Amino acid sequence: MPKSVLLIEDEPNIIEAIGFILSRAGYQVISHGDGTTALDAVIRETPDMLILDLMLPGRGGLDILRDLRSASATKDLPVMMLTARGQKHDRDQAEHLGVTAFMTKPFANQEVLQQVQTLIGDA
Amino acid sequence: MFRWEFDVSKSALTGTRIRERRQALNLRQSELARQAEISASYLNLIEHNRRKIGGKVLIQIARALEVEVSALTEGAEESLLEALREAAGAFRKGEAEVDRLEEFVSRFPGWARLIAAQNRRVVAQDRNIEALNDRLTHDPFLGEALHDLLSNVTAIQSTAGILVETPEIEDQWRNRFTRNIHEESSRLAEGSQALVRYFEDQVRAADTPFTTPLEALDVYLSSNNYHLPVLEQSKAPDETITGLIDEAAELTTPQSRSLARTYLKLYYSLSRRMPMRDVIALWAQSPDPSQLSRAFGATLSEAMHRLATIPSEDLGQELGLVVSDGAGALLFRKALDGFPMPRYGAACAVWPLYQALNQPMVARRALVETPPGRQMETWTVAEPVAGLRFDTAPILRATMLVSLDSGSLSGERPVQVGTTCRICPRQNCAARREPSVLVE
Repeated sequence: MPKSVLLIEDEPNIIEAIGFILSRAGYQVISHGDGTTALDAVIRETPDMLILDLMLPGRGGLDILRDLRSASATKDLPVMMLTARGQKHDRDQAEHLGVTAFMTKPFANQEVLQQVQTLIGDA
Repeated sequence: MFRWEFDVSKSALTGTRIRERRQALNLRQSELARQAEISASYLNLIEHNRRKIGGKVLIQIARALEVEVSALTEGAEESLLEALREAAGAFRKGEAEVDRLEEFVSRFPGWARLIAAQNRRVVAQDRNIEALNDRLTHDPFLGEALHDLLSNVTAIQSTAGILVETPEIEDQWRNRFTRNIHEESSRLAEGSQALVRYFEDQVRAADTPFTTPLEALDVYLSSNNYHLPVLEQSKAPDETITGLIDEAAELTTPQSRSLARTYLKLYYSLSRRMPMRDVIALWAQSPDPSQLSRAFGATLSEAMHRLATIPSEDLGQELGLVVSDGAGALLFRKALDGFPMPRYGAACAVWPLYQALNQPMVARRALVETPPGRQMETWTVAEPVAGLRFDTAPILRATMLVSLDSGSLSGERPVQVGTTCRICPRQNCAARREPSVLVE
């Protein structure tokens, strides 16, 4: 059974690109674009790791991360947050909330793959 | 020809004027001293502003110099002096000779005005930078626009990377990703154009010499002497207001125009409810804003505001007006010569304007004295903006009307006030919130 990555991101072409890269590397990629129901998606899909965008429609990435870390089922789930340069305050807050790693937009495809492999335990 | 009753000179510049007048007459110091029946050494101290004089000595010197006493004692415009104190305050403390300010203004009025004007520009530009920083940090459109642009670029970079790094990619995927790049490129182009337009608007707005909409409105009203006869006589006020705003060179931003529209609607309403001729007549009978308030059924703040919109030559009196919100921010300023009001930042906390906020709905009259020793009469009141409600605390605005001392409050001890702490020479003031640049 391939390891699964849940991608919470609302930009369809980013989803398609990351999905292609990771699926070619043997991962199952599930995507979800709405921040409001993102937590439900995590609980439902039980991924091996989560890629979470900071800015989402409905509910922001930091809020979702806070809830993930306060639930016993998801407090140790590896979470890689997608951020933009200059969002230092948000990154500081994400670190405080227990994010596992950051990926700054725009990113190199190889960088994403390597980071996923590391976080999921395949590196 | 000579007045026998006058105030002792409070201006340090009298000595300089005496010296300049003497030199203009080619009169030697010893000769002037002889005519004034004082010693030459004493005259020398006077001319270098090391001794203040008045009474008989001043009269005798003025007589010898063939001028009125007032020509030797009247000081430079207070507002220019205040502007230069502000400029000195912005400079490194102690570097500018603020104790010789009046002398500088008298001897070099052109340079003094230049320094004041340049300081105003520097302060305006500093505030512009601060405002732009705030926008960059907090503007929701900008935050969202930049996020969208970054997402476009990320999608393009990742997708293009896939095409380059996966030469064996299936045609179906190649076509799909090529289409994605095209889509994202179009969105990137649109987003970039929107951002450029946004910045162009910001530059246009920042090109104004005014840093805030309030300042722009202030300058507009000041340039019209706070009186708009065409609006007072208008039968189509909305059209007239639109016309006035369109013609106003100062109102260049949507925010300043919106603020102006709100104010001009208020102005029109006040002018309808309190016709100018009636206000003038009532004020001539009894110069008391509460009389106007009762006669016209207006609030005291409205009555005071209406008075400030009537030209001094019609009212027979110069009036200043200042309005503050509950946080102390000045919302409206009509300055009065002799009672400077700060252009930026907080005013003197001792002003009766702020005391009124501690006692809402209590009308108060007080005599105040500014640092040069000028006494002014003030009428103040703080009233709720939107009426009283049971479910929320009132939002208060304080209004203060200012006039020259008429003597009607003689016997009352004046409240010692300043303009703002930074340039106030008063020492031992319990309300001081920052050191003054004028006092070591």
